[in-house]
Order: sequence, then structure tokens, then C-alpha cells
Amino acid sequence: MTFAVVLHLAYWQLTIIKLLVVLSVVPLGALVLGYVFLMKVMAHMQSRLGPMDSGGLASRPGLRENPFLPHGWFQLIGDFVKFVQKEDIFPALADRWVFALAPAVVIMSTFLLFVVVPAGPHLIAQNLDVGIFFALAVSSLSVLGVLMAGWASANKYSLMGALRAAGQLIAYELPMVLGIMGVVVQAGTMSLQGIVLAQAHGSIFGFGRLGEPFVITQFFGFLLFLAAAQAELIQTPFDMPLAESELVAGYLTEYSGLRYLLFYMAETASAFAFAAIAATLFLGGWYLPGIGPSRQLADVIGPFVLGAKIMLVAFLIYWIRFTYPRLREDQLQTFAWKYLIPLSLVNILVTGILKVVF
Amino acid sequence: MTVTEQQRLYVERTAAEARVNVEIETEGMTLNIGPQHPATHGTLRVLVKLDGEQVVEADVVPGYMHRGYEKLTEVRTYPQITTLVNRIDWLSSFANEVPFVLAAETLMEIEAPPRAQWIRTVLFEMGRIGTMCIFLGDMGVQLGAITPVFYGFRDREHVLNLIEAATGGRFHPNYDRIGGLKEDLPKGWIDETKAAMKRIRSFCDQLEELLLGNEIFETRTRGIGVIPPEIGLEFGVSGANIRASGVDWDLRRDEDSPLAWKECDWKVWTHPDGDAFARYWVRLQETREATKIIDQLVDGLPAGPIQAKVPRIIKVPEGEAWVHTENPLGEMGYYIVSQGWLGPFRCKIRSASFSNVSIVPWLLQGVYVPDVITILASLYFILGDIDR
Repeated sequence: MTFAVVLHLAYWQLTIIKLLVVLSVVPLGALVLGYVFLMKVMAHMQSRLGPMDSGGLASRPGLRENPFLPHGWFQLIGDFVKFVQKEDIFPALADRWVFALAPAVVIMSTFLLFVVVPAGPHLIAQNLDVGIFFALAVSSLSVLGVLMAGWASANKYSLMGALRAAGQLIAYELPMVLGIMGVVVQAGTMSLQGIVLAQAHGSIFGFGRLGEPFVITQFFGFLLFLAAAQAELIQTPFDMPLAESELVAGYLTEYSGLRYLLFYMAETASAFAFAAIAATLFLGGWYLPGIGPSRQLADVIGPFVLGAKIMLVAFLIYWIRFTYPRLREDQLQTFAWKYLIPLSLVNILVTGILKVVF
Repeated sequence: MTVTEQQRLYVERTAAEARVNVEIETEGMTLNIGPQHPATHGTLRVLVKLDGEQVVEADVVPGYMHRGYEKLTEVRTYPQITTLVNRIDWLSSFANEVPFVLAAETLMEIEAPPRAQWIRTVLFEMGRIGTMCIFLGDMGVQLGAITPVFYGFRDREHVLNLIEAATGGRFHPNYDRIGGLKEDLPKGWIDETKAAMKRIRSFCDQLEELLLGNEIFETRTRGIGVIPPEIGLEFGVSGANIRASGVDWDLRRDEDSPLAWKECDWKVWTHPDGDAFARYWVRLQETREATKIIDQLVDGLPAGPIQAKVPRIIKVPEGEAWVHTENPLGEMGYYIVSQGWLGPFRCKIRSASFSNVSIVPWLLQGVYVPDVITILASLYFILGDIDR
């Protein structure tokens, strides 16, 4: 590690820094996505005002009209304070330990996702050889927390929500893995850092200036990944486990205060994480055309480039969320098993053939 | 093998089978949807017995918001009652007043002047648009699409502003008087109305593209909650719900009413399917027709007084009258029994939603839980209209 060499850090110091960075990315990502998409973009798409006044900008004359100032930027922090001071309710029949532990399990899976996402040639918490495999494995840990929450709540709506979530997450793990397979085949590695480097060193028909973002060659895989990610994130059109018009709030029905906030944060931070993985797999991650992986500058601007690409993918995710109605549970399973999985198999086959041919 | 041994084996085998049966047999679950539930628009309670996610049996329990309006009318004078009936279907309050006032006028044998009747019709149709805006958006939110409902509320505002400008009240106008109206329209109202109708039509186009043409919306609504016409008529289903089953029945056209629908050119839309999609489609077309009706009516609004000559103290002569109109939710009618007093002796209110939800237990048999919500949303009831 360059920085380690420059700063002469011991292994344990480096580990603590990495841990803190990973831990801070989750609330930070949740805050950014929550503010930009759940408040502002959603408000614009639905032609209504989002939060405008909190943060003190609106009270100053002349500032209210400025469209570039973040109106209502304080809202999420205010929401946080509100959640913290709410009563922590346990239902009378709840399984107290499991009920209390469930949000921790869900958010843990989100934390673990960020371990393998690279933000620069040297900015990665742990460059695992099985990076993408690890990411998919820990992302499905969250279903455990969801099941725990649904079962321990002792509520019929919660239970139905949790069972739907379990069925759905299992059904969508498969197309997601198979959709990514094309990328893995093309890059020849499972390491996320390796996949970024493969895109940075690649060329489009001999034109190598832009690198080769896999979204061009694996466009189909990108769509499959987005569809499956939407189901993994429990977002419309696959938000049956939450389905506020049917199941009140699904497995979240009985949660309040800080525990609810943890679930909420995990949901938004997972969207951030999946957007990061999609940006890494398909859009070239931290790589900016013109700044090669060997330059020191790549480490400096890498996080910002990755951040911009994350926002792009997250916009797609949230755009779909705000537009579509929700499918029914059986229609979702049909969609996964009859269409997504066969299509992803075809994608792997075609990618494999082309890989051998070229 | 001795007989005793054979018997013992037989007993053991049956016992094992019985154990297996007990283990595999699953108990149904009773789910209480409501009275407090986001999908019931208030306090409707739907009791469903579930097998997995499939409904085995369903029952509707209304009455959590019963306010006793039929009884309350008996201790009020006729002009006071219009305030009361405003609160039945609160999304189209003005439309509730009209049949009551018409019934009283029938008994008194007076007729409001043409200008008043035309304005009544315009406001009646505006109430319809306001209700339908909510329905067209709300159906989306019940199916999980959060955006349309905001569009619905946004564009309903245009109609509500017009109603407020004319009557002084956004939700509860109380604008009808026996023999006419409270006051005339304000200046500039007609131009604003025409602009608003344009907005409503573009809102309809927008929703047609956003929701009606959406594949997921179609898979969620097509073939869900099919009401066969004869069953629907038996249950007393009315309004757009029965027109979506292919029954060409609209009281605005079929009933001889003093209101001005017969003066303009419009169409009654029906759909042969009878499912949730058809109900949505019919209501969308009806909203468009309502804007057309309003456009034509405000163009040809007759001049003249807005109030007929009525006695200072209104006493309705002895007799009975039944007047029903095609309200946004369906057929609404008042059966007034008068004994010549200041108020009615008895007033029976026939509200559309009460009869419309009576078909729900029949419709819910064997559907999945998400479809319960689709069906409830597509039948479109207002709680105040169920529990008068």
C-alpha cells in the first residue's frame, strides 16, 4: 500500500483506518442517497416540494430562489434525531433477543459489502481474489435478518412480509450471480479490483483511450443485474415484502425508533453498495479515461469518479422505483425463473463463445 | 405372524399415518385487514381467512364510522340537511346535496331556474372530476406506484379551487338551496374553468401513459376481481363498477332529470371485461367525458335568476319522493317521507359505496392477498359513503 509506505503505518493502524472508513461509508452513503434521491429527485419527479426549510437557507432573503443551494439539507439529520428519541417498543409477544438482533444482522451485511469495493488502485479495504463472490454471499445474509425480524415480531403482517422477502431474495440471487458471470468470464477474474483493471486496460475495437467499460459488451448482463438488484434491495417493482398498501410495512411493521432507523439505513446503504458494485462491474469503477491506474492521481480522484458513477446507477435504481407499480409475488417468481434465469444462461453462453472466438 | 401381531402392526401403521397427517395439515390464518389499515381509506374492516396467501373466505365489517345521518335528518329542517349530507361522500360533497334538494323540490312542486340547474350540473361534474383524480392516482399507490397519487392530488387542486371560488367551501360547499343556489358564479370563473379542464385532460393523458399503459399495471389488474354483469346487478353494484362489466346504465342519461346533462353531447363508456383494469379504464374515460360536459355547459350557460320563489319558512307538503342521480361512486338516492313539517319524517339514503362493497366477500374468494387490495381499490369506496 502506497499510503502505508508513505505514512509508515503498522498493520493494526491500517486496519483500524480501513474499518473506520468502511463504517463511515454506510451512514454517509445512506445520507447522500436519502437526501438526493428519496427527497429531492423523488419530489421533482412527483412535482411536489421536498423538504425546503430545514437547514436555515430558506429564511435568508435571496437564497430561497437559488436552485443550486441544497434546500432542506438538514432534514435527514433532523429525522435521525427524531428516530433516536422515539420509544423503543417491543411487542408483548415478541421474541425479544431475536427482535433486537435482526436490524444488526441486516446492517452488518451492508457493512461487509463495502469491504471489497475498490475506490482507487490502492484504496480497497481488502482485495479478495473472490471479491464478487464474497459480495454476493454477504449481501444475501440480510435475508436472515429479515426473516428474524418477521418471525420475532409476532405479527401476521410481519411474518408474511418476511416470508415473501425470503422467497424473493432466494429467487433473485440466482439471476444476479448468473448475470455477473458474463463479466467474470470476460475479465477472467473474480476480484473486483481485477475487473476494474481489466476494464481500464481493455479497448473497444482497438480504440483503447476510453478503456472498455463492460456495460458496452455486457449490456444485457447490466440489465439483468439491475433487475435482480432491484429485487435484492426490496424496491418497487419488487417491494412486496414491504408493500405498504398490503402489509402495512411488512417485516418493519413492529419496529420503531433506532431499530427502524437501522433498517432504513441498511436499505438505502445497500442501494449505495449495489450501485457501487454495478459501477465497478459495468462502468469501470474508479477508472477515469485518461488517468491510468499506475498514476498516483488515480488514487486521489478515484473515490470521486466512483461516487459519480454510483450516483448514475442509483439514479436508474430510484427512477424505476418511483415509476413502476409493484408485481405480485407469484408474478415475480415467474419473472425470475421463466425469463431472467434462462436469459442470463444465454448471456453466459454467448459471452463464453465470443471470449473463445476473439 | 399371529393375529395379535398383525393387529399391532396395523395399529402402528395407522397411528404413524395419523401423525403424518397432523404434521402436514396446515392451519388457516385469519387476517384482520382494517379497521386501521393503509388500504382501506379509513375504517373499513375486512376479515379474511387465509391459506398461505390465498383467501379462503372474506367478510366485510362496516360501521366503524357510522354517524347516523338518516336519524339526524329527522331532527333538522330541510335547509339544514344539505350541510349534513355534504359529509356522506366527502370527495364529491356537492353531488350529495343535489339529489336531496331535487327530492325536496319535487315534493314542493317548484323547479329551480335553468341557470341554477346548469350551474348545479357543472359543479356536480366537478365533484366527479375531483373524486376521479383521487381514484386514478390512488389506484397506483395501492398497486405500489407512489407517483400517480401526487399527480392526482396536484390536478384535483384546480377543480377544488374552482369549487371554492364559486361556493366558498373546498370540501363542503353547502351551495344548494331549495329552489336554486346560494349565489351566482364569480367573475372570470368560466375562463378559469376552461383552463382547468384542459389541465385535467392532460392529466388523464399523463396517467394513461404512466399507469394504464404499464405492463406491470396490466398484469396486476387484468382478470382480477371480475364482476359478471348479472351478479353485479344482483348485489346492487352501480356506477362505473357496473359499467365496467358491460352494463350500459347511466342515470345521467337514463333518468329524466331537471339537471342539464341532456343539453350536451357526451358518451357513456362501458367495458366488456368487468375486471379491475376495466374499472380503471372506464373511470378514466368518464373523467374525460366530465371535462367535455363542463366545457359545453359553461359555453352555453343561460342567463337569468338563480333562485326560484320559495316561501321564507320552508315546509314541504305531505308526500313521498325518491330521487336518485349518478354520483361519482354510483347510484345515490334519497327517499323522503314528508308529513308537512319543517323537516322530513323519514329520509332513507341510498349511497353507492355501501352496495358496491357488498360484493366484496363474493369477489375475494380464492384471490391472493395483493389482489384483495387491487379489488378494494378498483371498486373505489369512500368510507363516509359506506357508513352514513
